[in-house]
This record gives sequence, C-alpha cells and structure tokens, in this order.
Amino acid sequence: MAPLNHAKDGLGSIVMTTVEDFLRWGQSNSLWPLTFGLACCAIEMMSAQDSDYDMARFGSEIFRPTPRQADLMIVAGTVCKRMAPRIKTLFEQMAEPRYVIAMGACTINGGPYQYTYSVVQGVDKIIPVDVHVPGCPPTPEALLQGLIKLQQAIRSREGRPRPVPFSPAELSEVSRS
Amino acid sequence: MSAPTDLQERFPSAVLQVGALDDGLPLLCVSPEALASIAAAAKELGFDYLACITGVDYPSDDQIEVIYNLYNYHRREALVIKVRIPRGVARLPSVSGVWRAALFLERETYDLLGVHFEGHPELKRILLPEPWVGHPLRKDYDMNRQQFVSKGPQGEDIVSFDPQEGW
Repeated sequence: MAPLNHAKDGLGSIVMTTVEDFLRWGQSNSLWPLTFGLACCAIEMMSAQDSDYDMARFGSEIFRPTPRQADLMIVAGTVCKRMAPRIKTLFEQMAEPRYVIAMGACTINGGPYQYTYSVVQGVDKIIPVDVHVPGCPPTPEALLQGLIKLQQAIRSREGRPRPVPFSPAELSEVSRS
Repeated sequence: MSAPTDLQERFPSAVLQVGALDDGLPLLCVSPEALASIAAAAKELGFDYLACITGVDYPSDDQIEVIYNLYNYHRREALVIKVRIPRGVARLPSVSGVWRAALFLERETYDLLGVHFEGHPELKRILLPEPWVGHPLRKDYDMNRQQFVSKGPQGEDIVSFDPQEGW
C-alpha cells in the first residue's frame, strides 16, 4: 500500500490501494489477543499491555476474555500436558484468520523443563505458531517486536505468515530504542 | 521440655529417632503404626499448622520416606516428622482428621509417589490426569515412555502412550 504521506495536509486526499491490501492493513492493526497466561511470561505480557509499553499503539490493546472474539493467541508460559488439549480447543474456537505468538523458552521448546513427564516440549507440537519470541521471560520490548513481526507478515502478500525467526541483533536493536 | 523429647517420652516405642535436620529443625523419626496418634499428640502440643507433606523414594532400601512439616504459631517452632514405609505396600494412616490441610497434601503425595493414605475421604490424583500410568517421583518411573493427554467428549482426560492419539 502507498504510504500516507499527505494524509494530514490535504494534498493527497486519494489513496490508491487494493481491497485485499486494505483488508490486510486493517487486520494487522486490529489484532485482538486472547486473555490467556499460563505462567510467569504472562506477567511480561501484562506489562507489554499496560501504560509503560502500551501495546495499544499497535492496535492490539483489547484483550478478549473469550476466544470467539479474539484472533491472536499469545501463549505465555509453560504448557503442561493436561493443558494441551484445552489450548487446542481454545485455538479452534478463535475466529479465522487466527495467529499464534509463542512467547518464551517453555513455549518454544519446553525451555528449562527438558526430560520431564508433564511439560509439552513446544506449543508448536499442538497448534501452528506464527512468531516465536525467545527469552526467559522475554522482555515486553521483545513481545512488541514479535507483534510487529506478525503485523509485517500479515501485511506482506505471502498469505498466511510463516514463522519469522529472530536474530539477536534485531532484539538488541529493539531494547536499545 | 522441647516438643520432640516430649513426644518421645509419651511414645517411647514408636519414636525411632530424635535429632535435627542440617538447618537445625527438630526431627522426629516415627514408626508408621503410631503415626496417627503421634500426629494427634503433636496437634495437642500446639503444632496447629501442617505446612507440607512430601516424600522421597529410596529404592536401594526398598522404602519410601514421607515427611510432615509442622509449625507451631504460638511458640514459633517447627517440627519435622519422618515415616518410612516399604515401597511395595506403601500405606499410611491419613492425618486429614487432624489437619484439614492434609486433604490436598496427601492427594499430591499419592499422585506423585503412590502412597495410599488410609482413611482419606477422596484419595485421587490432584495434579496429573486420573488415568495417568505410574507415579512420576518414584525412581523407577520410566521417563522414556512419554504419555499424552487428550480431552474426551465430556471434558474428561484421556491418557495415551501414542502421540497420534494424544492432542
């Protein structure tokens, strides 16, 4: 989509775009996450939402208490085996198109809970994950970076976003700013 | 008189050892038959708070040790009671009649170590799903066989060793 350089000075009052691009743009800027925290990562997720980090800047402020009204699941915390089928049900109840951010080491691959009897070794074993946010726990900046990556992927023309890997350089760039 | 020696005088045959843990907490090792009466006596002495019930598996001795952490809020003193029972028939009298906190703590010890507390009104698993196979804190629990949990039509837990059947 063309940048809205003249949106406020009245010079460019016509913006050329396609319906599809416009829909993607709207979708990426109105992601409604599910109110859903499993462990300590959820504290950082709440922090990303509150006034210090203000996730609302990216159109993602409305945490919905029901999966029917949400289209983004931030899996924040250790996924126990007993919770796994419930997470799957919640994911299936969410509105399409739906996206998943796997937040933190536990959610990515089990993290510190390796070789245990009770922890799922990565939430991507049960539901498709779009963005992995590493850290134990990730900082709110890292979660915002993950959200921005997801928005970029939605806006791109490649359809359903692929999992976007992080590089350490990108992470330090975010935490410096 | 301190509480451990008091209990030792009242139950001379049941108290096997009086000592202290490494961090200084008074320790009482008792025989399983007298556990119920010793627990009641400890409550009378003012140990009104059962902080924790936990257990350790000692396969080399073929025994399971169950540990009760008590606290007396009036005199601010702690007491640790240890009981050893055989692994094969891991049975102990329930102390849920003495401290209600034992209702959940005994269920947890049953869940993870397979100790059966006789007289507990509802002894079932508390953390793991009910059809789970084995007790994970036992040393002979097979960690190489992963179990998978799925949800039945009524919301009940289904446990399977087959990852295709799980989630």
